[in-house]
Amino acid sequence: MAKKEKNFSRRDFLKTSGIATGALIGGGLIGGLIGSNVSGNSGAGTASPAPGTANQGQMSVRGLQFFKNDVEFQVLSQAAERIFPEDDLGPGAIGLGVPYFIDQQLAGAYGENSKEYMQGPFFEGESTQGYQSRLKRNEMFRQGLILMQTEAQRRFNKDFVELDGGQMDEILTAFQEDELEMKGVSSLFFFRLFRMAVLEGAYADPIYGGNQNMDGWRMKGFPGHQASYINQIESEEFAEIEPKSIGNMNH
Amino acid sequence: MVTTLDKVDVVTVGVGWTGGIIAAECAKEGLKVVGLERGRERSTQDFSMVHDEYRYAIRYELMQDLSKETVTFRNNRKQRALPMRQMGSFLLGEGLGGSGTHWNGQNWRFLPYDFQIKSMTEEKYGKNKLSADYTLQDWGITYDELEPYFDRFEKTAGISGEATNPFWGQRSAEYPTPPMKKTPILQRFETASKNLGYSPFMLPSANLSETYKNPDGKTINACQYCGFCERFGCEYGAKSSPEITVVPTALETGNFEIKFNANAVEILKEGDKVTGVKYVDTVTFEEFIQPAEVVVLTSYMMNNAKLLMVSKIGEQYDPETGRGTLGKNYAYQILPGASGFFDEQMNVFMGAGALGMTVDDFNGDNFDHNDLDFIHGASLSITQTGLRPILTNPIPPDTPSWGADFKKASIHNYTRTLSVGGQGASMPHKENYMSLDGTYKDIYGVPLLQLTYNFTDQDRALHAYLTEKAAGIMQEMGAKTVVGGNPISDYDIVPYQTTHNTGGTMMGSSRDDSVVNNYLQHWDAENLFVVGAGNFAHNGGYNPTGTVGALAYRCAEGIIKYSKDGGTLV
Repeated sequence: MAKKEKNFSRRDFLKTSGIATGALIGGGLIGGLIGSNVSGNSGAGTASPAPGTANQGQMSVRGLQFFKNDVEFQVLSQAAERIFPEDDLGPGAIGLGVPYFIDQQLAGAYGENSKEYMQGPFFEGESTQGYQSRLKRNEMFRQGLILMQTEAQRRFNKDFVELDGGQMDEILTAFQEDELEMKGVSSLFFFRLFRMAVLEGAYADPIYGGNQNMDGWRMKGFPGHQASYINQIESEEFAEIEPKSIGNMNH
Repeated sequence: MVTTLDKVDVVTVGVGWTGGIIAAECAKEGLKVVGLERGRERSTQDFSMVHDEYRYAIRYELMQDLSKETVTFRNNRKQRALPMRQMGSFLLGEGLGGSGTHWNGQNWRFLPYDFQIKSMTEEKYGKNKLSADYTLQDWGITYDELEPYFDRFEKTAGISGEATNPFWGQRSAEYPTPPMKKTPILQRFETASKNLGYSPFMLPSANLSETYKNPDGKTINACQYCGFCERFGCEYGAKSSPEITVVPTALETGNFEIKFNANAVEILKEGDKVTGVKYVDTVTFEEFIQPAEVVVLTSYMMNNAKLLMVSKIGEQYDPETGRGTLGKNYAYQILPGASGFFDEQMNVFMGAGALGMTVDDFNGDNFDHNDLDFIHGASLSITQTGLRPILTNPIPPDTPSWGADFKKASIHNYTRTLSVGGQGASMPHKENYMSLDGTYKDIYGVPLLQLTYNFTDQDRALHAYLTEKAAGIMQEMGAKTVVGGNPISDYDIVPYQTTHNTGGTMMGSSRDDSVVNNYLQHWDAENLFVVGAGNFAHNGGYNPTGTVGALAYRCAEGIIKYSKDGGTLV
């Protein structure tokens, strides 16, 4: 389990560095400094972009817009990494900037449920009737992350970020199996929301702060924003195309 | 304080395909038309940054803002109906063009069997093929009567297709433009289904194979196969949509005006006629009355039904007594299908909304149902619509849904998975209907529409049978692993399924069993027309838009006739 050790060392480093997880230094991830595989074998046979092309328009300063303390953000980051871990294909959630993506989303329309019907009365209902909570998504997230921390203390007498991968997975699985009590939402519903948010951050256009350097797309073989495939779609060959972000459009 | 505006000849509630078609046809005849559109104006230039899966496909940029209005739902009458608080099972549209802006462009004519389903089923299988709980009925119009209107809509939209399907009704003309490109993925399906003795053909598409000028002089461009169709608008003007065809056609006459941010709340009725529409300005909340000689409900089928209910026009259906027609025969669709995992990578991220091939061998009554415990069927298709990475994470059975194994499997299979899917016809049932909710309201104070809906035994049997057929095609396509869809149990409003909701304002030949006649004219108010998929007495095995477009042209003809002669048109 060499991988687990790598996670340990990375986490220990981040815990003591005083730098928020995934912080950028001169356009490269901190994670890149500690043996992660961001620019190496990133799958799908793509090369790293030349400086100043794919990185155009990416932020070089990262801060938090929703979370007010680093503890919750660190729990979010480590839990997200368990959902979508770094491996030989390329970066995981942290390396892709997913925690920042989620933070920004929670501060905006997604977190505030701006387009959801939030009028009462509220009743539990059947599972086929869907989401019936008066909680907004950002309230669910805060509650869920605090519960992860509480569960870590209760089960292992440690902070969540100090757990090894297997212990984190045990807690995440308890959410997924709907074994934990949450207020106004089931732990399963929160888990599904959380899992989906991680995937959204890994694969949304980099303009939203995740999918750093388009590495999510590179791993998957998805070329992002391409104007046209009219001249390629009849080919039997699988097309390996350097991805493009809508942030690089020349209007 | 309600402001009453100057009277016009025709007012439509909603400006999408149906509102746009009616506006264009009536305005060309010299009638003054006003279109009430609760959403915003939009045009091709609004889609220049549309290749954004997160914003459009996940966060539903083009869809109805549910914080203002939604529907309530329960599986059966014993349950308490609760609001659909976030978008899921179907995607309600908003804004100019309506669902016609973010449709995929798969354009069909329902089968001759569909329009005479009750009489044809009884003729072939006897009266008791389905129990009396299934409220099947003929539509009060035949395929042949509707054919000229199908043709009109196909020519307006420039549909790209090939008329080679042996199961279709008679056509008066070829498709206006040739079919789309037969890609390697489509060819796999073609070869496999031919091997099995089926008759594959290119799916009729509103993403056009070549640049086309329609009879109104509107140009629709050639599709670029960029892979961003459903849930998106087209930045090329290459997907036939109301805002690039019928809406500008109507506006150019000088006889059509669109009022944006105008949310209709009531149809005003005096005696056996309607007098106009009351609407709220969604910006200021001011109330207006738009008087009109003719009122046409052209919004999504749910709002068409809701407006009739809140305006107390017609008789609400009651499942207890079987009385009433408004809200009756709400139907949906079921989605049998199978996925296949392959070894080689394919260009699954390229595509177009209606790029596909289909077999109709198990649709309608194209196959014998004597030994089966269901009627009708589904079109079975492979489509190459452009798979995007957030929503496409195919994993073989027994793979965890998160973590290291999930990441590896979902990335590996993203470009190595194909699906064959069916649009399963949905038969009406006495317990599936729409009514007004007694508890929840929209932000204008109007009750929400309530859906009472569940899958039926007919649905479950059809789903199982068609899933097996889809899996057979996938097997023949050479997939190393084939996974058929899970059997269906209860309808769940959470996961996306399809935006093919039908019924509630049925058309028919008698006021006793329908809301409107076959000109889509209301039985209880001769100057009120209601048009859309709500007119369907059941739901067929195809996307509804082609048939909705035909009904809209039929309706426009009826309105023009009525404006000259008055009276009931049938």
